[in-house]
Amino acid sequence: MQPLLRVENLVKSYAAGRFTSTTPAFAALDGVSLSIPPQSTLALVGESGSGKSTLALCVACLEVPTSGSIWFEGADIAALGEKQRRQVRPRIQLVFQDPAGSLNPRWTALDIVSEPLLVQRQFTQRERADRVFALFERVALTRKIAERKPDELSGGQKQRLAIARALALEPKLLVLDEALSALDCSVQAQISNLLVELQNSLGLTYLFITHDFAMASHLADQIAVMHRGRVVESGPATDILRAPSHEATRSLLAATPRFLDPPGALVNG
Amino acid sequence: MAPLIHRMTPLLEIEDLHVAYAGRTGEMAPALAGVGFQLQPGEILGVLGESGSGKSTLASALLRLLPANGQLRQGKVLFEGKDLLSASPQELRKIRGARIGLIFQEPSSALHPALRIGRQVGDVLAAHEFLDRPTLRKKTMEVVAELFSADAERIYRSYPHELSGGQRQRVLIAQAIVCGPSLLIADEPTASLDPTTQQEILQLFATLRRKLGLAIILITHNPAVLVGLADRVLILYAGRVAELGPTAQVLATPGHPYTKALFRCLPSHFDEARNFSKSVLNVIPGEPPDLSRHSAGCQYEPRCAEKMEVCKSREPSAFAVSEAHRVSCFKFAG
Repeated sequence: MQPLLRVENLVKSYAAGRFTSTTPAFAALDGVSLSIPPQSTLALVGESGSGKSTLALCVACLEVPTSGSIWFEGADIAALGEKQRRQVRPRIQLVFQDPAGSLNPRWTALDIVSEPLLVQRQFTQRERADRVFALFERVALTRKIAERKPDELSGGQKQRLAIARALALEPKLLVLDEALSALDCSVQAQISNLLVELQNSLGLTYLFITHDFAMASHLADQIAVMHRGRVVESGPATDILRAPSHEATRSLLAATPRFLDPPGALVNG
Repeated sequence: MAPLIHRMTPLLEIEDLHVAYAGRTGEMAPALAGVGFQLQPGEILGVLGESGSGKSTLASALLRLLPANGQLRQGKVLFEGKDLLSASPQELRKIRGARIGLIFQEPSSALHPALRIGRQVGDVLAAHEFLDRPTLRKKTMEVVAELFSADAERIYRSYPHELSGGQRQRVLIAQAIVCGPSLLIADEPTASLDPTTQQEILQLFATLRRKLGLAIILITHNPAVLVGLADRVLILYAGRVAELGPTAQVLATPGHPYTKALFRCLPSHFDEARNFSKSVLNVIPGEPPDLSRHSAGCQYEPRCAEKMEVCKSREPSAFAVSEAHRVSCFKFAG
């Protein structure tokens, strides 16, 4: 089956400083290749500085790569001009780590989720409202919060709102950049379950970027490990977790805080 | 010079602490109710709580750093035998930063962007001790070297933007320990760091405790951070102490239904026999309570899987499960 997304030899480098000689040229992405089958989840794992967020921005058409290709729905979106990129963006949406930072603090929840519908399509006000409430329901937010501003919502509610907004234009691919990392543990579990349910009911594909191997192991079909701008290892999640081959993978696994889970201790609790 | 402390005297004693915040219309919303615990010298206590549990309020209240609308309504806080709640502003200034070090979550916003590291660490020392320049520089460099070893000289001369997140956190730790405190309060010190850096910082805490006899209160929402580091763990829920006991015991045999439910939410650590594939994670139904609405019974009761009749009408006190392990739940009464 054709992958929904295929990244080929992607390079994104930032030029050396023009006014100082001390800033060297820096390749955030140094030839990245990966592919994601439709309706599946690829977890992209790596440390800070590995390039994962740069990759997220390139895939979401918010950064232009220096070279390489990003094949999505039959077209190389890396080679598109701004006008055409604008057309692709609705189909690839981004959910960020910090719900507070990505939601306009002066807008109500209703306004926030309505905005993409306002910008991209022609709906009547009534149609927009209907769609927004349908989206709220999808992410298990009650209508009560429609008039609230982000600072009146909990972390979990804010992240649900961000997901509702991302779903407004019916994307095919969701790029989730550390979308769970800032949440409390019990809330992470709720949002994780929501993501799985949405994938099943809406047929979504996820690029799930994280440095949390435990969460990646729960959500991912495939795992790709990034290190210094390159994908150093990738494959089915179970294979990577059982038999990591690259040093970077092993050290990340070793550093992942493990929670004691003696069999039976909590089950009989 | 720290006073000579008898081994049996706790470093920190907190009893029946009540803190509330005044809302926009003036009504008080309790943030902490009846919180009490003791901390021994050189002990590492993990305070585990989610958003709304009151964990950050606890850190601020201990040092009388509550915002203008925060009120310390009752309770006792004794540090090195001194009553912090009745201490004067001058006395508190001598304690904060010098006897008790504080580090918070965001290393990037806690450091001055236009001052070099050496200056920023030195400033803390200079604020508490009257030293001449060469001595100040020497002592500051010692602390920087303690935390950065080979790189110390370079870090000393650097600006915050030239450092990584983990390095910045080390600088905050340097600032917190430069005056040789006996207690360090760290509020989510590793939350924004990636796993390898997180491990390094946690290792660092263990080393500082071992080398300097530093007691640490480590506040976090992630239980995994406390494994292997904290001697005891205190679980906070809705401003109350739900459970308190030795870490290994609480992790292996949690008593409070909230603790049990919380641990069950975590993606289980992967072992070879398991088949992990998008399994549905356990969740705790409902949401933490709105503390501005007063309710008579146990705060966790609405979400509790093991609630009983009495839970709706009365708040549980702390019942002993074993000598060092106590749980605030009627299941353990009598």
